Amino acid sequence: MTTFDYAPALESRTIVTIDPQYGHFINGSFTKGSNHFASINPSDETVLSHVALGSAQDIDTAVDAARVAYESVWSKLSGKERGKYLYRIARILQERAREFAVLESLDNGKPIRESRDVDVPLAAAHFFYHAGWADKLDYAGMGNSPRPHGVAGQIIPWNFPILMLSWKIAPALAAGNTVVLKPAETTSLTALLFAQVCQQAELPAGVVNIVTGDGSTGAALVDHPGIDKIAFTGSTEVGKAIARAIAPTKKKATLELGGKAANIVFEDAPIDETVEGIVNGIFFNQGHVCCAGSRLLLQEDVADEVLSKLKVRVAKIRVGNPLDKNTDLGAINSSEQLLKIRELSKSGDDEGAERWSPPCTVPEKGFWFPPTIFTGITQAHRIAREEIFGPVLSVLTFRTPQEAIEKANNTPYGLSAGIWSEKGSRILWAAQQLKAGVIWANTFNKFDPASPFGGYKESGWGREGGRHGLTAYLKDAESNNE
Amino acid sequence: MNERLKVKKTYKLFIGGAFPRSESGRTYEVKGSDGGFIANACMASRKDLKDAVVAARSAQSTWASATAYNRGQILYRIAEMLEGRSEQFVKEISASEGISELKAEREVLAAIDRWVWYAGWSDKLAVLAGSTNPVSGPYYNFTIPEAMGVVGAIATEKNSLLGLVDAIAPIIVSGNTCIVLASGTAPLSAMTFAEVLATSDLPHGVCNILTGSKEELAPWFASHMDINGLDISGVDEPSLVSDIKTAGAQNLKRIHSFSKVQDPKRILAFMEAKTIWHPIGV
Amino acid sequence: MKYYGLVDGTEASLKNFLKSLPGVDQVGAEARAAMLGTRSIKTSSKKKAIDLAISMVDLTTLEGADTAGKVTALASKAVRPDPTDPTVPSVGAICVYNDMVSIARKHLDLVGGSHVPVAAVCTAFPSGRATMPVKIQDTIDAMDAGAGEIDMVIDRGAFLSGHLMDVFEEIVKIREVCGEKVHLKVILETGELVTYDNVRKASFLAMLAGADFIKTSTGKVAPAATPPVVLVMLEAVRDFYELTNKRIGVKPAGGIRNTKDAIKQLVLVNETAGPEWLTPSLFRIGASALLNDLLMQRMKIRDGYYASPTYVTID
Repeated sequence: MTTFDYAPALESRTIVTIDPQYGHFINGSFTKGSNHFASINPSDETVLSHVALGSAQDIDTAVDAARVAYESVWSKLSGKERGKYLYRIARILQERAREFAVLESLDNGKPIRESRDVDVPLAAAHFFYHAGWADKLDYAGMGNSPRPHGVAGQIIPWNFPILMLSWKIAPALAAGNTVVLKPAETTSLTALLFAQVCQQAELPAGVVNIVTGDGSTGAALVDHPGIDKIAFTGSTEVGKAIARAIAPTKKKATLELGGKAANIVFEDAPIDETVEGIVNGIFFNQGHVCCAGSRLLLQEDVADEVLSKLKVRVAKIRVGNPLDKNTDLGAINSSEQLLKIRELSKSGDDEGAERWSPPCTVPEKGFWFPPTIFTGITQAHRIAREEIFGPVLSVLTFRTPQEAIEKANNTPYGLSAGIWSEKGSRILWAAQQLKAGVIWANTFNKFDPASPFGGYKESGWGREGGRHGLTAYLKDAESNNE
Repeated sequence: MNERLKVKKTYKLFIGGAFPRSESGRTYEVKGSDGGFIANACMASRKDLKDAVVAARSAQSTWASATAYNRGQILYRIAEMLEGRSEQFVKEISASEGISELKAEREVLAAIDRWVWYAGWSDKLAVLAGSTNPVSGPYYNFTIPEAMGVVGAIATEKNSLLGLVDAIAPIIVSGNTCIVLASGTAPLSAMTFAEVLATSDLPHGVCNILTGSKEELAPWFASHMDINGLDISGVDEPSLVSDIKTAGAQNLKRIHSFSKVQDPKRILAFMEAKTIWHPIGV
Repeated sequence: MKYYGLVDGTEASLKNFLKSLPGVDQVGAEARAAMLGTRSIKTSSKKKAIDLAISMVDLTTLEGADTAGKVTALASKAVRPDPTDPTVPSVGAICVYNDMVSIARKHLDLVGGSHVPVAAVCTAFPSGRATMPVKIQDTIDAMDAGAGEIDMVIDRGAFLSGHLMDVFEEIVKIREVCGEKVHLKVILETGELVTYDNVRKASFLAMLAGADFIKTSTGKVAPAATPPVVLVMLEAVRDFYELTNKRIGVKPAGGIRNTKDAIKQLVLVNETAGPEWLTPSLFRIGASALLNDLLMQRMKIRDGYYASPTYVTID
């Protein structure tokens, strides 16, 4: 038999220049920063750079800069002019797309195919989309002349660094806010590259400030009295802590938190595309996706067929160097996250679930976890309830559509859900019954700046994207400074 | 002279369509503006709240799945019943809040009109807050607003009937079910309002009304894990607001306070946006 | 067992079987094919893929203007695609109209290409609009002239109007005419079937009726062998193998003009049906211009600089 092994097809990393050390981006220029820590490449554990650990003092300086920029420049600028800055940023992101993609894959560990085809183009699209809103805020559904909140404090996760940055910064700026953004501890580099984009776009100093650091930096940002609005994407646990922290204040918040999405396969599903959708649902971005389809619910009479096709398909997933253009599954973002995935997977073993992974060799250095499927799972298993945030799929079965919905909704989360069926009325029925903010029917893990994203219940507050997302950065003209 | 002795009403709670006394057996004296005794109102306990949440939860999916047209009609029917009882409300409000009957009448008529205003929203919310989103790809993508589930409300103290309407109508018109804590100082019209609900077509459990102490019950509203949203327009004390928001963080409850009345934002605040994607192909 | 024991030869059982097939979601299938199209095949794997692709080409000429001269030139090229480089493999077959079969066969044998089969397009190619006796005679003529492979067309009109049994019986008849020795490829003309659901159904219908190969197109109708169409057909042969333990071949034809397209097809095979199908006995590419592009790409890899059409033969 002929074998067709793909030779390594590495994307060149020479397009990227990484400084040995970075400070913060405050008031239009880079500071020296202090208490630098290493930012590593999760695929081989080499040190990429050193980034500064933002202190409360750094946050204070950044918030002051954002406040001054808000009051003296940004709030005085017409929507039309703000929009033109955003268009500029969108264009520069497109021009430097490959550079961003390579840097993202180096820093995050995600396959270049995804950073190149998903993260970076979508990031540019978010700026482009919101640029158009900046001079049309009267039509955002908030009445005439809605106003920005002021200074937004934004904290983003490590799973989609530049994309989450764009989800946060683009609507904030379009609405007329200025921002202080803190990237995730392990993935600061594309945010710092974005700072250069702001400089190239000649964005007024202080409109965007980026302070790198860890949880303590984030907490300082949340607690800062000069912040009017918090936007956070991350774990439900931290989201709740933020909700408590701002309880005594007038601060507004949007929170995009965890999920444990059910991906429901009915007997009449288009099987091959369903298998693709299941794979895309849980193995996209190493499963580091809050809306990942991590609970597969199979109708019993197609369960065996789907499962056997799924295993054949999963065996074809190419795990390896994120910069290889043929890699499907890259590195786990950090040793800490790898530990968590291992721990939760072990609980699956301990609770009697059956673990399956295809034969696959992973590099020796770096943080890796093979694509994994657990069968024999019930709602009572930990891995059917807790967010693993890794390439681990839990498979459950159901007998009737009602049972599928009950199981799907039986979670404190409510971010997303998937439906696979060729029957239109059943899809609409299921979509109506599911308690989730994003429902993908016969598709999964699709994102668009025009499409609101966000969850029910403990998956968070508010939406991002579309008109719904924009309004989170606005208040109506009559409302007091609440 | 043999004057006829008036038959007085016992004021109870309204839970799951029934009128139970508080399980705690507690009552408190409601006094008129002249300080005189009017009635003993039930002092609802946290267990009464718990029961009300169970009633509200079990009624929710059926209420939400009624057509918007049907919900609108049921709410309008309530306005019809209110109109029929307006004299009774005027007397109660006048007596307990110490305002003239003329002023009380104005409040009652305003409350009825406001209820009608909210009733009409039921089948217009999707067009107000929904959208079809032009995503870049072969997908039909649309967003619809949807009721969030079980929502609590602490009604304002002033304008007892109007405050009650402002609390209840925006929550239930979209398909939520509610538990409302009525004005503590003037709870009587709330229970008369409950009688209106009980004799209307509103399914049992959609609206549950408690009377009692805000300070005692608000923290239990806030911490209850099966309440999805909370209207705290009736809470003014900043430290209590902060405590409620802190406790509510445990299930990321959507907690809102409104200054504007007759505002669709009061409805939309307790709805979730659901976005649905489907491929377009042959 | 007749019809693999999956249908019993009645219309009802055929319809039931085809109805039981899962649907194909157009957007999902196209997205999967597009994703596989992003595979980057470089250096050593590219070299291997090019030679594999050359060995899979059904070098084709199907023109009204075909002449003996044209066909003999094609036959020479089929045997030794690059006269300057003997390491280049022969193509999979040459594909001609049935009046050209004997010319092709003789010339192939003459130039040392007895291992290269001649495929003849039959059954009133390309439209299939003729009576059954004509179609049968067409096939017999081609076989008599030395065709080792028969590329027949299905009756798309019958398929689209729901007369599935007519389509089925025609294939069964031609299969009987071909016997065991002659390879039968069934052309679905997917561009006229339009939907992927139809492509899947027609693929199974043809396989049940006895096809050795299912082929996308005549080359006369666009769109032809698009990646998603080939994907759906590869899924069909994979699933058919699961059911019957029999591997049916796939032949995309039409629209595959350059090396990049051809390699995309090989990636589709590799990751859909599997590497077992990466052989000329189970995968062919119907093409004409493709061969020269493969040769030029091969020269580039061999020499390290870009080639010119001046250095490849034209036919």
